[in-house]
Amino acid sequence: MSSHEITHVQKLVFRVGQVMTRRVITITLTNTLLELKEVMRQRRISGVPVVNDAGVLVGIISIEDLLRAFEQGALNATVAERMSTTLITVRDTDLVDVAAQKFQQTGVGRMPVLDAQDRLVGMLTKGDITRGLLAEVQAETQDEEIARFRASHIFRDVESDHTSLTLRYTIPARDFTHGGEASSKIKRTLMRLGTDPQIVRRAAIATYEAEMNLIIHADHGGQITAEIDASQVTLIVQDDGPGIRDLKRALEEIGYTTTPPEIKQLGFGGGMGLKNIRKCADQMKIESQVGRGTRLEISLRLHTD
Amino acid sequence: MIVREVVEKLGLQVVAGSAALNREITGGYAADLLSCVMARAKPGNVWVTLQAHPNVIAVAVLLELAAVIVTENAPIAAEVAAKAEAEKLVVLATPCTTFAIVTELARLGVAAQE
Repeated sequence: MSSHEITHVQKLVFRVGQVMTRRVITITLTNTLLELKEVMRQRRISGVPVVNDAGVLVGIISIEDLLRAFEQGALNATVAERMSTTLITVRDTDLVDVAAQKFQQTGVGRMPVLDAQDRLVGMLTKGDITRGLLAEVQAETQDEEIARFRASHIFRDVESDHTSLTLRYTIPARDFTHGGEASSKIKRTLMRLGTDPQIVRRAAIATYEAEMNLIIHADHGGQITAEIDASQVTLIVQDDGPGIRDLKRALEEIGYTTTPPEIKQLGFGGGMGLKNIRKCADQMKIESQVGRGTRLEISLRLHTD
Repeated sequence: MIVREVVEKLGLQVVAGSAALNREITGGYAADLLSCVMARAKPGNVWVTLQAHPNVIAVAVLLELAAVIVTENAPIAAEVAAKAEAEKLVVLATPCTTFAIVTELARLGVAAQE
């Protein structure tokens, strides 16, 4: 396992006990190497932990030990004579990345797993970690796939004269930390509904610009409502002030902005927001009154044909 | 070209998103004005910028960018790094200028996408 793979394993939060092999095949000190060979052949394993009469782990013996004994014609020797007593073990409660690092540092191929009372409860190989990792990744994608499958059927499964889905978000003024979250959620919903990625992208850009406008300019923040039906998404973005003083310039003049300098420093206020929205939308309506507020309505068709 | 190769060849510091370093880079974009990025950057692009506040992460995630390279050692707050990590977005830091990084990226074959 390379160091890059180790970095990936570090991202996982599961523990050795969740990925180890639980059915441990053991051998005792007095078994001969011939008997060991049979166990390895029948169970198709290449390393076996050795336990004493009390069932306590005392060593480990591998196929390399067996081959060496075979070369020396010593197959009648006992496991006790040929086993390795230097034990590299992990705890079932250890994080998987601790185990992965131990594999890399020691070069061993398998490690016995002990519980808090030092009882042998499992065996761990690098393969177990990889399998656990793959299962985790698969479970994640599977959940998303199921969510998508369910969502994409909603307009077919629900019977009415006109079915639509309404998503509402309240956007607080000056909340830069959470800026873009409503857009992210609307984007994810559209993706789950099986919308064309290009259309999702345009909807996400338009929503983000409108969301940031509420955060930057609206006195008390505002609301975003997304209404989605089988053919289109309509976004309504509303606030109660201050209103846009010169709507014509805001819509048409590149670089026209009323963003305060301290917010401009953050990379906002290029005078492009409304223009970006118009470019992304199929239809756009905007009404604004100084002192009263602004209402923006845009719609995007969900199918390119 | 994947993000990891750019990290190694340009000696960039990985601030967040190390789990996504194998992502393919489709091209590049450089700007500090978020609306420009919103309008022009493409999915899988690497974005070179001086900005390092939470909205940079929001923009990069919405656009599905491959990585953000923050130049001139602009300070990246812990909550920004945490947000990027949660979104599995690669954030890279460098003391070099935006111009220097863009030149290097071009040399590696990362191109603008029009």
